[in-house]
Parts: sequence; C-alpha cells; structure tokens
Amino acid sequence: MPARISSEPTPATAPIVEATELTRVFGPRQAVAGVSFSLAAGECLAVFGPNGAGKTTMLRVLAGLLKPTSGTARVSGIELPGGALARSRVGLISHHTMLYEALSPRENVAFAARLYGIRDAGARVDDALRRMAMLDRANASVRSLSRGMQQRVSIARAMVHSPQLVLADEPYSGLDDAGARALTALLQELRSAGTAIIIVTHNIVEGLSLATRAAVMQAGRFIRQDTADRIDASTYAAAYREALAASG
Amino acid sequence: MAEILFTAWLIARKDLTIEFRTRSAFFSAVVFALLALVIFYYAWDPTAVTPTDLAPGIMWVIFTFSGLLGLHRSFGVEAADHAIDGLLASPVSRESIFLGKAIANLIFVAAVQVIAIPALVLFYNVPLGGIAGPLVAIAILAAIGLVTVGTLFSAMAVNTRLAELLLPMLALPFFVPVVMAAAQATAKLLSGRPLIEAAAWIKLLLAFDIVFVAACSLAFPFTVED
Repeated sequence: MPARISSEPTPATAPIVEATELTRVFGPRQAVAGVSFSLAAGECLAVFGPNGAGKTTMLRVLAGLLKPTSGTARVSGIELPGGALARSRVGLISHHTMLYEALSPRENVAFAARLYGIRDAGARVDDALRRMAMLDRANASVRSLSRGMQQRVSIARAMVHSPQLVLADEPYSGLDDAGARALTALLQELRSAGTAIIIVTHNIVEGLSLATRAAVMQAGRFIRQDTADRIDASTYAAAYREALAASG
Repeated sequence: MAEILFTAWLIARKDLTIEFRTRSAFFSAVVFALLALVIFYYAWDPTAVTPTDLAPGIMWVIFTFSGLLGLHRSFGVEAADHAIDGLLASPVSRESIFLGKAIANLIFVAAVQVIAIPALVLFYNVPLGGIAGPLVAIAILAAIGLVTVGTLFSAMAVNTRLAELLLPMLALPFFVPVVMAAAQATAKLLSGRPLIEAAAWIKLLLAFDIVFVAACSLAFPFTVED
C-alpha cells in the first residue's frame, strides 16, 4: 500500500513550504537561480513571469520531480527531495492534465487517490469531482471530454488527497469562465482551510485575487516579491510587462 | 514489501485496463505473431529442415519482436499528457512503479504466447505431448527476462524523439542471452531430448532473470529521476 498521508497537522506557525537560495541548473543554464521564500498555512504565493523564467522548474523541484542543484527546499519541514512523505503533502496541477485518456474521470481520480493511500476512496473521489462540476460526466471517457473539462478532472485529481501544499502551474489553462470561477472558488476555499498554495499564472487578475504574496520571476530569480499589503494590481501588471519585455 | 506489491498491482491493473479498452498493442502483437508464423511457414522447406529444428527459432523471434510492441506502449501511455508526472509526484516508490509496469508487460507477453504457441503447434505440427509443462516454464522464465530488461529501456526511451527506434536498439542486445537460452532449451525439449539436457539452459534462464530483475529494479529509479 502506498505511503499513507500523515494525520499529524503541521503547526500553524511553521512554514508549509520554505525555499532558501533554491537553485536548479540544466547544463550551463540556471533555470532557477537562488530563489528564497516561505509560505505558512493558508498563504498563497502568485508567481508571474515570462516563458522560460523558471517558474515551472521551481514548481517541479517543490513537487519532488526534480532535485535542487543547490539551496534547500522544505515541505512541511521535510527537506526535498524528501521521498514519499514529502510528496504525499503536495498536490500538483499542471497545464498538462496528467490523465489517462482511456480511463474515465472517476477512474483517474480514484487511481490517484489509491496512489496516495486512500482506501475506500469513493466518497472523496465523488466529492472532488463534484467540486469541479464534473460529477455528471464522471463515467465518460476522458478522451471524449473537452480540454477544459479534462483540466477540471485534473484539478480534482490533484485535490483528492487534501494536500497541505498545492502547486498550480497555469491552472486556468483551457478553462472557460465558469471553470475559472470554480477553480478560484476552490483555491480560496482550500486557502481558508489552511492549504498553502503556489500559483504560477499569466492571469494577473485571477492570480492576485488569490494571493497573499506575489512575485515576478525573470531569468530564474524573483525580481520582485511583495506581501499582501503591498500588492497593487496595476504596478504588478507593469512589472510583469517589464519582465516580458526584458525577456524579449 | 507488501506496500510495493500492492502499489505495483494497482499500476499493473491500470495499465491492463487501458490496454483492454484500447487493444492497440495487443492486436498489433497478435497480428504480427500470426503473420510471422505464416510467412515462415511458406518460406520453409520441410524436406530440408525438420519442424522441431525450425520451431524454436521462429517461436522466440516472434515473442521477442511482438513483445517489443507491448513494451513500447508501457511508458507510451504515461508520456501522453505527462501522466508520468502524476505518478512520480505521488508518494509511491519507484520500485513499485517498475514492478507494476513489468507485471503488466509480463501479462501482455504471456497473453500473446497463449495465442501464438497453439498457432505454432498447428502450423508446424510440433509434438507437445509430455513437454507442455516444461515449455510453459521456459516461456514464463524467458518472458520475465524480456519484460524486465524491456521495461527498463522503455522508461529510458520514452522521452526521446526516436523512442520506437531506440527501444529495440537498446533492448535487443540484452535480449540475446535470454532468447538464446530459451531457444536452446525449447529445441532440446522439442527434439525429444530428456529434460535434464535442457536443465542447464533453464538454469541459465533463471540466473539471467535473477540478475536482470535485481539490476533493472535498482537502475529504474535513475531513469525516471532527473
């Protein structure tokens, strides 16, 4: 049976995720170059930046899919790559759906639930699909769903084990307005329940509506990082445009 | 160990469900096996070569190449829309992923064998009386060796642009000792030699299986970790 999710809550004051000078190198290129931040329970960091800024690589390191070249990252106090226990605390949403097309949404989410050690997952699977308004298509083939519906199932898949940290890489990709609203509502609900969230998006309005912190990333570094009281949508949009222009 | 086996079966069951629904690789493998049998049959001169001399070679060539079709599919289903990321980000051990994939591939190869061996017997009129049991044991041992090596190389090749070409290039050299031992053991049995004469080859197969299972299980995490 896969590693069970610990029922021990992380103390509210302890950071859920903490990165110190996190660096990831691919050959001669520094994809992530000394990023530092920490997030406590219920906080949300929105990261903006041009393509190739290192946002996805940073999330992949935090998800345990890549090893950091230097620096440290901790999830719920466990230093990465922290093995099964660290991975059990994280829910990963990507612009890739990570679904099996020949299976139904219910089978995909149930498979994920069992990988996370959830026995008798039926009710939790249905609940996750209901929250993304996909319960009525739960038994259809994923192949028959639209891109946006597949993304909703993918989000349900990432949430089924109630992660302490949600890593969302372009989660609005392919979603229509209703889907985007459902996702924002779900992420707000998770945040209120104490889940820490890191969201990477080009959608500044949606990103800032969730964020308690925000950062602009360029060439692997956070060139700007602010807390909620200092976040201003217009200045962030300007900083984001500058980063885009600088990246060519 | 129970955790690894539980998760491995979960992954194997998922792979087999997908294959059962799509049937793409299985039908390709079965059609390939039957076509190859027919082609070899019409190219065969029974006055020059006896069926018991020819059948072992044909059998293992067919199993090797039809197995490759299933092995390529094994990680191909994970590559589609990056499903492998979901698997690797979950708290399951890499060893259980490898074992799950290998179990699904073993069942795939065994299912092809279940159809191809009776077809071979039919085409070449090969006598199986009294040797069916040992032949099944050889088929299973050889299949374990083939899928173990093949699963590892399938994981390595899947993210390359020439995966379909790279997999056979990587795997076939490692298949040679398994296929050689299996073909020799099969030949001894089909030609009516006592089982003891095939025992040395069967032991060699067993040794290859043990080495390959251990080595590939240890090597697999390095193929999926960065």
